[in-house]
Amino acid sequence: MARMKFLLDAERCIECNACVTACKNEHEVPWGINRRRVVTINDGKPGERSISMACMHCTDAPCMAVCPVDCFYKTADGIVLHSKDLCIGCGYCFYACPFGAPQYPQAGNFGSRGKMDKCTFCAGGPEQDNSEAEFRKYGRNRIAEGKLPLCAEMCSTKALLAGDGEVIAGIYRDRVVNRGYGSGAWGWATAYPSGT
Amino acid sequence: MNVIIALRALACRATLAVGAFALLAAAVLIAMPAAAQTTGTAIPQGYNATERPMVGLTNVNDAALIRELKGFVSIPDDKAATLVQPQGRAWRETVKGPVRIWGSWLILGMLAAVILFYLLRGTIRIDHGRSGNTVVRFGAVERFTHWLTASSFVVLALTGLNVTYGRYVLLPILGPETFSAVSVAFKYAHNYVAFAFMIGLVLTFVIWIRHNIPDRYDLQWLAQGGGLFSKGVHPPARKFNAGQKLVFWSVVIGGTVISISGIYLLFPFAFGDIHTQQSAQITHAVVSLILIAIIIAHIYIGTLGMEGAWDAMSTGRVDENWAREHHSVWYEELKGQPAPRYGHD
Repeated sequence: MARMKFLLDAERCIECNACVTACKNEHEVPWGINRRRVVTINDGKPGERSISMACMHCTDAPCMAVCPVDCFYKTADGIVLHSKDLCIGCGYCFYACPFGAPQYPQAGNFGSRGKMDKCTFCAGGPEQDNSEAEFRKYGRNRIAEGKLPLCAEMCSTKALLAGDGEVIAGIYRDRVVNRGYGSGAWGWATAYPSGT
Repeated sequence: MNVIIALRALACRATLAVGAFALLAAAVLIAMPAAAQTTGTAIPQGYNATERPMVGLTNVNDAALIRELKGFVSIPDDKAATLVQPQGRAWRETVKGPVRIWGSWLILGMLAAVILFYLLRGTIRIDHGRSGNTVVRFGAVERFTHWLTASSFVVLALTGLNVTYGRYVLLPILGPETFSAVSVAFKYAHNYVAFAFMIGLVLTFVIWIRHNIPDRYDLQWLAQGGGLFSKGVHPPARKFNAGQKLVFWSVVIGGTVISISGIYLLFPFAFGDIHTQQSAQITHAVVSLILIAIIIAHIYIGTLGMEGAWDAMSTGRVDENWAREHHSVWYEELKGQPAPRYGHD
């Protein structure tokens, strides 16, 4: 069984934001919600790097651990998903997530949050695969269609890789060997500390 | 026999007090690293592709494990600019570890202490029995204030405890769907009832502050354990004895801290960044758990624990013998009898 992961090669990312746009379009993500974003560090300075970041589907997912209603679950592929029917919009997953992945629509008075929304690795949610209800709540289920996440699929420089951890790590390792340098797989030490 | 009982109860109280202080100290220690986290933009060393040693998959980014990394984003959401916030791990370990575990010991410990105290001491009776004559102890405004604060506190405590413990206690009983529905309702109740509590808190402070300034009777009251542990002992007290003053100040100070941290949580990211939110959440949880434990003791002594105490907050009138025994100085002043005069009133 594959262990699905994202890998961002910062030497290749050109901050085109196509991954962000693709994600928004594919899942019809509402305004104000960003399942994926591109962060540029040292913008305009030597050592500038852009990193496309979304939910990393952590091995020991902090969101799962802190959720007061236990609405998260992990698929057999290691993808971290959640149920919007169970989510109470408390915001705890955002406090725990190292990558700022959970997003909340504004709902009601004060700062009260609606149901949390995050990257699903294009794997939908607990509803029937590719059903209307699943699409409405979680977006497209490309995994059920045998496809990989669209953000990585349409990355023009292949900076963003998505797929089985072993395979994408191998691709990245070959790149580093061939070009002689690399700046690390972003977030891997945090998301997959034990390597699994 | 009585001495042994008294000693046991005292030892129990002492253990609890030490436990409460240890928790407070631990909470402060735990909260500090989170608050002291420095935010900053990582500046990697000068980059030179050819000289840079080949790196493995993760080693360079290990730096991201210990410090926050901020950058630039082209979307309006400022929070999105934070690429990695490693202190989320510290927050998770704190709320899932010490706060949850110590908090449950504190609450269950206080419940156990109250039950033990009841078994050993029973209801504290009015030594001289009821006289049948009553005096006014709390007016309508005072009782309104008390019950506004009390009822909102109970709602907030139960709905708040659900956030920390519901997953372990209620979820297995109710099942995921029902538990989530209950938790959503609890969340809204918590958010709105909070304002009733804050109003009650301000009123409490305003109407009772003048009766809660420490005076010379307090040390004697504390030295004698308020007469709680021995029959027939009634240290003198004004309107509020030292124990009640401690409850007052716990509610005022603790309640204020809970209210302020609660407002931070009610308006997420309005007054700060993710560090602020995490610190506010830990502060809110720790101080709330301590205050809940204190209020459990307060509820006990105001109801089952002491004959005649409930009358004060329900009808507002107390039996004269109760007043004479528990608040002798207040009673004498009320009756215009000569009483030693010190302090201010």
